[in-house]
Amino acid sequence: MTDYNALPQIESDAVAAVAAAATLDDLRAVEASFLGRESVLADLQKRLGSLSAEERKAFGQQVNATRSSLAAAVESRRSALEASERAAQLAADRLDLTEVPYSPRRGHLHLVTQARDRLEDVFVGMGYTVAEGPEVETDWRNFQALNIPLAHPARSTHDTLYLDYGDPESVLLRTHTSPVQVRVMETHEPPIYSIMPGRVYRKDTPDARHNPTFSQIEGLVIDRGITFGDLAGTIETFTRAYFGPDISSRLRPAYFPFTEPSAEFEVTCVLCRGGGCRTCSQTGWIELGGCGMVHPNVLRMCGIDPEEWSGFAFGFGIDRQAQMRHAIADMRVLLDNDARFVSQF
Amino acid sequence: MLVPLSWLRDFAPFDLEARSLGLVFDNLGMVVEGIESVGAGLDGVVVARILSISPISGLDRVRLTTVDDGSGGEPLEVACGAWNISVGDVVPLATVGTTLPNGMTIGRRKLKKVVSNGMLCSAIELGLGADADGILQLDKSLPLGTPLREALGIETDVVFDLAIEGNRPDANSIAGVARDAAAKLGLPFTLPSPVVDRKGPPSSSAASVTVEAPDLAPRFTATVITGVSIGPSPSWVQRRLTLAGMRPINNVVDASNYVMLELGQPTHPYDLDKLAGGGLRVRRAAPGEVVTTLDGVDRVVGEGDDCLICDAADHPIGIAGVFGGASTEISSSTTNVLLEAAYFAPMAIARTSKRLRLRTEASARFERGVDPAGIDLAVARFCSLLGSGEVASTTLDSHEGLQPPAPITLRTARLNALLGTSLVDGDVPRYLEPIGFTVTPVSEGVQSVTPPTFRPDATLEVDLIEEVARHYGYANIPRTVPHSPQVGRLSEYQADRRLVRSILVGAGVDEAQTPSLLGPGDHERAGLVSSSPIAAADAMIVEESLLRTSLLPGLLRSLAFNAARRSPDVAFFEVGPVFTRPAADRVVEGPDAALPDERERVSVALAGDAVAAKHVLDELVEGLRLVGVSLEAVSGEEGLHPARTARVKVSGTDAGVVGEVDPAVVAAWGLQGRVGWLDLHLQVLLRAPRKPLEQLPISKFPSSDIDLAFVLPEDIAAGTVEAALRAGAGDLLSSVDLFDVYRGDQVPPGTRSLAYRLRFVALDRTLTDADVAAARAAAITAAQSAGATLRS
Repeated sequence: MTDYNALPQIESDAVAAVAAAATLDDLRAVEASFLGRESVLADLQKRLGSLSAEERKAFGQQVNATRSSLAAAVESRRSALEASERAAQLAADRLDLTEVPYSPRRGHLHLVTQARDRLEDVFVGMGYTVAEGPEVETDWRNFQALNIPLAHPARSTHDTLYLDYGDPESVLLRTHTSPVQVRVMETHEPPIYSIMPGRVYRKDTPDARHNPTFSQIEGLVIDRGITFGDLAGTIETFTRAYFGPDISSRLRPAYFPFTEPSAEFEVTCVLCRGGGCRTCSQTGWIELGGCGMVHPNVLRMCGIDPEEWSGFAFGFGIDRQAQMRHAIADMRVLLDNDARFVSQF
Repeated sequence: MLVPLSWLRDFAPFDLEARSLGLVFDNLGMVVEGIESVGAGLDGVVVARILSISPISGLDRVRLTTVDDGSGGEPLEVACGAWNISVGDVVPLATVGTTLPNGMTIGRRKLKKVVSNGMLCSAIELGLGADADGILQLDKSLPLGTPLREALGIETDVVFDLAIEGNRPDANSIAGVARDAAAKLGLPFTLPSPVVDRKGPPSSSAASVTVEAPDLAPRFTATVITGVSIGPSPSWVQRRLTLAGMRPINNVVDASNYVMLELGQPTHPYDLDKLAGGGLRVRRAAPGEVVTTLDGVDRVVGEGDDCLICDAADHPIGIAGVFGGASTEISSSTTNVLLEAAYFAPMAIARTSKRLRLRTEASARFERGVDPAGIDLAVARFCSLLGSGEVASTTLDSHEGLQPPAPITLRTARLNALLGTSLVDGDVPRYLEPIGFTVTPVSEGVQSVTPPTFRPDATLEVDLIEEVARHYGYANIPRTVPHSPQVGRLSEYQADRRLVRSILVGAGVDEAQTPSLLGPGDHERAGLVSSSPIAAADAMIVEESLLRTSLLPGLLRSLAFNAARRSPDVAFFEVGPVFTRPAADRVVEGPDAALPDERERVSVALAGDAVAAKHVLDELVEGLRLVGVSLEAVSGEEGLHPARTARVKVSGTDAGVVGEVDPAVVAAWGLQGRVGWLDLHLQVLLRAPRKPLEQLPISKFPSSDIDLAFVLPEDIAAGTVEAALRAGAGDLLSSVDLFDVYRGDQVPPGTRSLAYRLRFVALDRTLTDADVAAARAAAITAAQSAGATLRS
């Protein structure tokens, strides 16, 4: 029968066993053998009752001290073992993230859409709405309502694709988005502040510089007292907003049957920032599009009194914006939908 | 138009440097497309004679010459790679230090053991022609050592290439360009005033003119010049024509071309002796008449208002204002010339030129409108340039169709209102009179302006305002920005269309844009055999001649394009219109009734099966928050798989189709595997009802799930059962999830097992067993009514 004097020995044996437990299971066994119901310590505890009051008090304290010391040792060992087991589990769960291939699911918007959205956003910010119309149009809206009567020489510059539909040369693929201007003027009372983006068509063969199908954006403002100065200022505001504050614009006289006075507008070459390069033929300027004050004949044909209202219109190619922005060498790539190209943007 | 600076200086003393003068042209709307210096870079090139030619040891393409450069020193050794030279030839020698027009600087060059002291030059190296084949051979009598420029009489010049706009007929001439630029620079402008001794008998004594169509030829003149000797033009005339891009031919043709370039008035010289009856008749062409033009081509005229020039025997000899005839052409034996100078109706010339697809230097000018009052000067200028023959004392002149320019009222207030300027009345004559307009004050702020005869484009007040603006300078107009009174925004449709694109991009689909025009057979190859596409009349590219009735062929082409480039796993969508012939009962009013149906569609074609296409549809439904979307299996859709395709209904409205492309079509485009397809009518899709904006309450109480498996015959769609469950399982149902589909031995042939998990929840309480049991029974009854059998 173990004597109470053996308590220090029991404690040191137990502490050694706890320290030697290599797993949580080992530790549980050690804990059971030293602190469990069948342990020596439990036996000593039980037998306290048969001792004298003095002995009971003295040995009781010793037994309790030993028990709590051992319990603390077990707890400390348990948390150490738990931590290392958790660490081992996590280590086994290792994942090399560089093994995970780069495979984004996300698709890409077409470059012309990206350019169009950006342009629309600039004009929306300037208080414009976006107007649209059909790509198949009447000769009337594409030409005649724009002051281009039948056999007008200006028609020869449009390379029109007429359709075998209805009367000969009455229905066509629009050569510009100007017929949408006509539609807006026919259906809306001024003031009008709108842009007209969309696809247009020319009878032509594609080459590196242009496709016979391309997108352009036009703008139309009709209000009281609109001036050529307003046109020039609007072009300048747009230019700086779209291309950046270091890019400016200039106008020079041109001819369009549907505007007068008419102008071509140029902006600082976005590649050389005006210094002169191959793209701008060393001039520092690149031609962007055409513009002018809406011709009084056009206003009248669309039911607007040119003495009461005046306005301006402008237009330029969207594809060309994409070409300049992304340094596209061959425009045909815009219609190829080559995944190797599309996924770059 | 090529405009030599030296020629411009005949009319005004331009002394600006070429680039600055170019800016003046630009700012007047005569856009400079190029500036070329002629005769520059010849300093240091001299006349030399070849004294000897010998091989260079070790080189078989270059020989060593010795040349006499006239300096009196030792002969120079010069290597030469050309083979058209012999001893005694006189050739141009670029001496060491010379920079040639092409930018090359000649240095002393060592080849093997010899040193080359210069270069013998070809015409192209000297900028004197296109001939690059050999060394330019010079006249053997030229004194050696003479600078080449002096030897050849070459003057340095600058040639501007100007783009002249359609509303500037006056600027289609050297004089017109000079007038505009002189006005802008405040320089005096003077036209030539040729003195011609007209001592021949009147033109009427040798020739006649009958104008039967004065509406087509409002002014028509003919002048007889007798005793002309045909020969080359003076070298200065030839040189100017060459600089302006025309080939010198003989003194008569050259004089005609010179006048056209200088004054913008085309003239036509006839060999008077070849002209039957010695006369000209000007009349409308009869339908089907044939004229043999100068180029030897028989041309059929008379379909519209074609104007013919006929001889007195009424044989057509030319198409008025467009192209002369071969039979009366000036030849080396011509002695008597009848010179036609006329003003033809611009629109008629434009129509004839367009119909015949015949655009000439003359027609381009006539269709813009030449100066009817400038004809006399042009005739005089022609005669003075010709410098040969006797000019008739009078000209035959028919001008009954001519209208003088009408005066136009110009309001200064209107001018300022349109330009945003603060100009005063006096500014109007200041800017307009130097370019030929006559300005007469009417009252304060109102002036009457008569355009010159060479500005037929000026007919309205706004035309005058543009002229003032041009000469005032666009850059001087103060810039202002109008304030839009509205809030700028995209329409709901436009914003939602962007959302559709962004959903599709998020679903891993790339955006494509394909041509709206397809080639013959493209629709059929996509299985669209009954599409009857609308054709472009007279398309230039046959591959782009038919309007697409579907986005399918274009997207299949994109898939095939990528598959051929080893990128087979692609998914593309396109948003764009398709064009179809309208149904007979279509109701459209107004001008749009003349147009075909045009609908914007969004389509997706992907390497993958119908399941993948359905997943893309689900992304759209979720992203757009659509409700009431159902699928109905369909077969017989053109180009699509008959057993893997469904119509998409949105709240009962047909919105398009989802499924797979017919394997035969896939193969026809050279593709492998399956191709998933989704095609939706964008407007129907975007107008469809969406989930309500108000939030639905979320229960705080626990939900209960029950699993039910049903056996369903293959000919009943799973969607039917799901719809029945949703409709019949009661208000407590919160979701239905098809989690397993089984086909095999455990179910009867021709059926499959569908396992659904139904989740029930109440907003106000925890469900009791009785609640769930009742809902379960209701669900089973609903499914059974749809043809499903509960699997035990």
